[in-house]
Order: sequence, then structure tokens, then C-alpha cells
Amino acid sequence: MNGFFDIPSDLQNTYSGLIGLHLREALLPVLAGLLLALPVAQLCVRFRWLYPPVLGVTTVFYAIPSLAVFVVLIDYTGQTELTVMIPLAVYSLVVLVPAIVDGVRSVPQETLAAATAMGFGPVRRYLQVQLPIAVPAILAGLRVATASSISLVSVGALIGNQGALGNLLADAQKYDRPELAVNSVVTTAVLAILCDAALVLARTLLTPWMPRGTRRRGRNGTTPPAEQPAATEAAR
Amino acid sequence: MNVLNFVNAFFSDSAHWHGYDGIPQRLSEHVQYTLLALVLAAAIGLPVGLLTGHTGRGGNAVAFIATAARALPSFGLLVLIAVVVGIGLLPVMIPLVVLAVPPILVTTYEAVRSVDPAPVDAARGLGMHETRILFRVELPVALPLVLSGLRSAAIQVVSTATIAAYVSLGGLGRYIIDGLYQRDYEKVVGGATLVALLALVTLALFWAAGRFAVSPGVRRR
Repeated sequence: MNGFFDIPSDLQNTYSGLIGLHLREALLPVLAGLLLALPVAQLCVRFRWLYPPVLGVTTVFYAIPSLAVFVVLIDYTGQTELTVMIPLAVYSLVVLVPAIVDGVRSVPQETLAAATAMGFGPVRRYLQVQLPIAVPAILAGLRVATASSISLVSVGALIGNQGALGNLLADAQKYDRPELAVNSVVTTAVLAILCDAALVLARTLLTPWMPRGTRRRGRNGTTPPAEQPAATEAAR
Repeated sequence: MNVLNFVNAFFSDSAHWHGYDGIPQRLSEHVQYTLLALVLAAAIGLPVGLLTGHTGRGGNAVAFIATAARALPSFGLLVLIAVVVGIGLLPVMIPLVVLAVPPILVTTYEAVRSVDPAPVDAARGLGMHETRILFRVELPVALPLVLSGLRSAAIQVVSTATIAAYVSLGGLGRYIIDGLYQRDYEKVVGGATLVALLALVTLALFWAAGRFAVSPGVRRR
């Protein structure tokens, strides 16, 4: 394709610069969402009654279209990256809280009792027992959050060139160059798939006790809920 | 400068309540896009999810399709298809369906697969046909989870259908896009409020559907 990588000069960025910007705008919010979600989820695990209202409120947040949040935030944070990143962090939070709560709750009582019997305090028990066992569930949530975050950054193009690779979409229309739109979609999708692969790799590295490779689970092999992407998917 | 003031101003302006740009018109357009996209996505995701879940085969393929579909940016797809085929319903429907298929497909697959094997074996021992096992034994037990997959897809579609306005179609996104270009925050906030309300109504509908359709024996667990 001719001019596939010819980035229009109005973006004031190179192709690789746009990729870096896109990754930063997408991944920092996921990280922020994770850091916020851990304490919120822990509160929900500790105080059970808190979970349904938290889930309800976050679902409503999730339903507010990102573009609307961008536009309203412009008044406070201007046409900056921050305006794009704040709603993305909130969306990540919404996806991650149920994932972490389900993961931490799926830790068997015997395991917790054993840890307590070994003299683990609550903090150490949380960090060394509950969190590691919840890793598959947390990473399932992170995969969903990362994919949606990478996809949503593009919408930032609508509030004035804050969409990194999404800005190519606006230019594709402006200059009638469809190849720029192809470039944007393909690059974004490849980024999402690479990040997803990295998270799958991270899960394998973080859970060395799990069987490696493609797991063949029989129908009657009970899968711990932590591994079911459905639990995360459904909670959104 | 208060979001609530904007909401109040938007809803009390009678100009927003009638005509081609009125709330009833935009709301019905939005509901139409959402329903069409959901029906299309369910027509793809439900049969494939039920079949793969029932046979227990193709789990990797399901995961792969879901990952690939999630990786595609909705907004990028919208603009790309709009640039290539022109303005119409197609550029809106494809991203929305791509968005809605993964939750429906993955959840349905997992739901059917994680059904307790004992009743399924019992049904098979009774001589039930595989199709009947799927629809009379597995589906009723899996229904709560299947519905939750549909629900999360519906919420996402309701929220994302706003992008239809970017390619000159209607829907509640009209208020958000027009408000953005007119620097009319009242409109933006009003549109966002309507979308959030629609999402709440969707949640309520799925809750009611769950009460109505899920067998009491399954619900009690």
C-alpha cells in the first residue's frame, strides 16, 4: 500500500512515536486501575455487604460512554493525555474489582487456615497466600481491561488529537486516505494482541505451580472459578 | 459549573423532547441499534458457545476468536469501514457486533462447560438425545451465566452505540458528538445521562429476565 506509513505532519509524531504514545495512554490507566482496585477489592472481601453496591456503582460508571467523559473532563484537565487516561483508569477499575474479589474469594478456607496456623499475620497472608492464588483471576481481568483500554484510546482522537494511533483515523477522513485507517486499526489490534500475549506469559511465570502448556481438562475436572474468564467477563 | 445543573437544564428544555432531534426519537434509534447488534451477536455467539461448550471441544478456538475480537478497536473499525464503504448502518453494526460477540461467546462456552456432569450423564443414561440434553439439561443450569454474558454485552453495546453519531447516524450519541462540536456541555452531559439510564434499564431487564427464565431450583444454589 502506498503511503501506508506516511504519517501526516499535523500529528507531529512518527509511527513509532504514535505507538509509544498509544501504549502509554492505554497501559498507565490499567496500572492505575489495578493499584486502585486492589484496596477496593480487599475492602469488598473484608466487608461482604459492600460488594453489591460497589458492583452496582461501577457498572453504571462503565455504561457512561468514554467520549462523554472526555468532553466533560476537558473543562477540568484540558485537551491533554490525562483527560483520556482518567476514564480509562475508571473502566479498568470496573473490570478489575470483580476479578480480584472473585479470585481472592476463591482461595480455599483450608489454605487460609493453614497460613494462619503457620503464624502468618493478615498482611503477610494477603500478600503471600491470597494474592498469588488469585493471580490467574486477576490476570484474566487485566487481559480484558488492557484490550479494552488499548481499543478506547483511539476515541481520544475526537477531542483534538489525543488518541495516539486513533489520530490516524481522523486524518484518514480529513485527507481521504483509507490506508491510514487500515494502519490505525491493524496497529492497534497488533498492540492489543501483543499485550495480551505478554499477560498470558506473565501468568505462566507467576503461577509456576500450574500445569504448563495447553491444559487438557476433562469435563468432570472441576476448574477453579479463578481460571474461568467467564466470571470476569460476566461481571462487567 | 455543576454536572447536575447541566442534567437539569438539559431535561427541562422542552426543545429536547420532540422533533427529529428529540429525546424520544434519539432514544428509539439508540435502542434499535443496540437490539440489532445484540441479536446479530447472539446469533453468532450463542450457537457457537453452546455447541463448543456441549462437546467440550474448540475451547482454544473460542479463546482465540474472543481475543482477536477484543483486540479490534471499535472506533477504529467504525471509521475504517465508514471510509471504505461509506456512511450507513453497516459501519456501525460491524464494530458493535465485534464488541458484543466475545462476552457472549466466552461466557456461554464456560457456562455450558462448567455444568455439573452428573445430571448430564444421568440424562444420557436415560437415553436422551444430545440435542435434548443440551436444551433440557445443560442450558437451564447454565442459563444464569449465559444471561450474565448477554448482559455485559448489552451494557457495552448500549454505551458504545454512541459512536454511531460519528458517522452521521442518530442515537443518543448525537447529543454527545453535537455537544462536543458546539461546545454545549449541557447536551453532552444530558446524552451521557440518558445512556447511563438506558444501561440501568438494561440491567433491570436482565434481572427480570433472570427471575422469569431461570428455574427456581437453579437459582437457589
